[in-house]
Amino acid sequence: MSFEPKIVAFLCEWCSYRGADLAGTSRMKCAPNVRPIRVKCSSRVESTFILKALQTGADGVIVLGCHPGDCHYTNGNYKTMRRMALLSKLLEQLGIEKERVRLDWVSASEGNKFVSIVNDITAKIKELGPLTKIS
Amino acid sequence: MGGEPRIGVYICHCGSNIAGTVDVEEVTEFARGLDAVVVARNYVFMCSDQGQEIIKSDIRDFGLNRVVVAACSPTVHELTFRRVLEEAGVNPYLFEMANIREHCSWVTEDRQMATEKAKALVSAAVKRVYYHQPLETRKVPLNPNTLVIGGGIAGIQAALEIANSGHKVYLVERSPSIGGHMIQLDKTFPTLDCSACILTPKMSDVGSHPYIELLTYSEVEQVSGYIGNFKVKISEKARYVDADKCNGCGVCQEKCPWKVDSEFEAGMGKRKVIYTPFPQAVPNIPVIDREHCVYFLKGTCRACEEFCEAKAIDFEQKDETIEVEVGSIILATGYDNFDPSVITQYGYGEFDNVITGLQFERLCNATGPTGGDIVLKDGSTPQSVAIVHCVGSRDKNYHEYCSRVCCMYALKYAHLIKEKTNADIYQYYIDMRCFGKGYEEFYERLSEEGVNFIRGKVGEVTDQALSEEEKGKLVVVAEDTLLGSIIRVPVDMVILCVAMEPQPDVEAIARLFNISRSADGFFLEKHPKLDPVATTTDGVFVAGCCQGPKDIPDTVAQASAAAARVLALISKGEVEIEATTAVIDERICSGCQLCPAICAYHAITFDKGKGVCQVNEALCKGCGACVSSCPSEAITGKHFTTEQIVAEIEGILI
Repeated sequence: MSFEPKIVAFLCEWCSYRGADLAGTSRMKCAPNVRPIRVKCSSRVESTFILKALQTGADGVIVLGCHPGDCHYTNGNYKTMRRMALLSKLLEQLGIEKERVRLDWVSASEGNKFVSIVNDITAKIKELGPLTKIS
Repeated sequence: MGGEPRIGVYICHCGSNIAGTVDVEEVTEFARGLDAVVVARNYVFMCSDQGQEIIKSDIRDFGLNRVVVAACSPTVHELTFRRVLEEAGVNPYLFEMANIREHCSWVTEDRQMATEKAKALVSAAVKRVYYHQPLETRKVPLNPNTLVIGGGIAGIQAALEIANSGHKVYLVERSPSIGGHMIQLDKTFPTLDCSACILTPKMSDVGSHPYIELLTYSEVEQVSGYIGNFKVKISEKARYVDADKCNGCGVCQEKCPWKVDSEFEAGMGKRKVIYTPFPQAVPNIPVIDREHCVYFLKGTCRACEEFCEAKAIDFEQKDETIEVEVGSIILATGYDNFDPSVITQYGYGEFDNVITGLQFERLCNATGPTGGDIVLKDGSTPQSVAIVHCVGSRDKNYHEYCSRVCCMYALKYAHLIKEKTNADIYQYYIDMRCFGKGYEEFYERLSEEGVNFIRGKVGEVTDQALSEEEKGKLVVVAEDTLLGSIIRVPVDMVILCVAMEPQPDVEAIARLFNISRSADGFFLEKHPKLDPVATTTDGVFVAGCCQGPKDIPDTVAQASAAAARVLALISKGEVEIEATTAVIDERICSGCQLCPAICAYHAITFDKGKGVCQVNEALCKGCGACVSSCPSEAITGKHFTTEQIVAEIEGILI
């Protein structure tokens, strides 16, 4: 059987979760590999959550928030942006390809963008292959 | 909810919406095998009364203290099921929803893959709900005052509905008078009522209403707080006219020697530098346009001051900032007209007699620059007029959406031109969209009035004549898609039915009120069908064209709906605030004070005496930014605890 990656998506409640809902309501089709977890704001996503996911069997993680300037909580997504830049460095040190973890912005009206991100990262991670277990 | 977690799992078929793609039996069997699950069932519609009853009786029979429903998005039914738990005596927060419809069955084609994904989502919800804690929602009193922003027909309607019930409304309008676009219009379709005749009584009601405080020439600067308790800063521009002294006699406007283009006349006429935008302005107090006033530019003139018998002119007036406290906010900020000069082939701005719909409204209006005569720039009466639909609308280059009112006002123009000039009329349309009450009948009527309907989008308006007949005319070139050929029609006047588009500062307004916009740029409603007046920010409602193009009847209906929602809040008198706030464990907090700097709401303060930080729950919005930043892990984000999220991660990766 071909490699079917498991990808965890942290979606902020106000923009990205609703964007993902819109993809569903509009009956757009996307790769089934991405599994969403709802958080209030992307700034709630601790680096340890992402590492925990990779450690527990995820081959990739996406964090999606409101577009810069549109954060429901004023500026939470900017905090996420900074944290993800740091995490990216850490991942390299751990020997994990940084493409496995991606931060992007999806508004409540961007069902199509959600679908394209999901399909894109799924394809990318299929290319990279399974993540060798980290401990 | 003491004792070990006892979880019930319910898989919804949603008719065939879920069951058509996901093997619900297999998912149910899988759920039965999960830790702490006491009972797992599937049912055709979990949200139905029968579905809800299944959960309630299982709570009774099996002593359940946690529930998972795998169905649609929690944005649709989370509150429904929380209520079910509450009715069965279980704290509503001991519930979790797995979204196996929007996030699974509707986006997945392969049945096996969809079933596997549904299992993962159910497993995540079960693991998460295990760690859920009972929470109490807080109730705070609601300030019964309301802020309405925008003094067009939407804002006027909403303000009057609320004020008529005896509750205070602050109505903020940035131009010198209320009235909005509607007061600029001539007649209104399909009944051909005079727009001003039906609007001005409402405007004067607003002006004299004991429960409406009208703030014109004012803009909202800052908004803080939350539903029930907003604090709003409004800046009021100096009018340089003392409102208490001015009796609205108009002498200042007569005597002012300076003229500039009138915004109200859409560039078709002039106004003085001290002006009221139109004769029926509310309030009927002029303003001095300080950007053009010679006194402000050069320090001379003061003619208005000299002739004002009431001594109302006050050049020393300053802009003021007013602070108001309100419980609810209605945004009725309206729309802007698309600028057709960017479609260069239509020649707007190049040819004198290519005008926009709004300019035609002023031309046709008895109070307009020509006294209601439909004339060309040279003063002669047009013999033929082309009306071009969908200029900037239904066009991938500009706006993809339909502006919804253009077909109807185009028909209205045809009628008015026929009535006043008997000119030949050519309507260039893509599709005729006459959907409202009495609209199709109006279209039928116009078809019988001898109007030429040409199905096709205009490619070009040119003055390059190819024949004797075309000389000195504007030639409208289009493909008649019904004939399948290119046709050229020489006319005297071209009216462009331009798109309605969001206000130029729509983005700033959305940020100010913390609401979202849809892909077309207009404000996003909470639900497109079932909640078309609320927004994602509780206590902030939308009405009229700021939410999307609409005609006057729809605008009035939406404004009344927004007012009804506000009145429902006022009538209840208090609002429930989500319990999902942050809390700091003072035993662990080291007092490093990183979190007060992180918090966007100033909800965290440092207690010097105790040497620890504390969260003000009334201000906390529960975003969790502080939780993930705390180096000592002293902060817990209620209902989004680290334990719960980690459990969800473990569960989703089965």
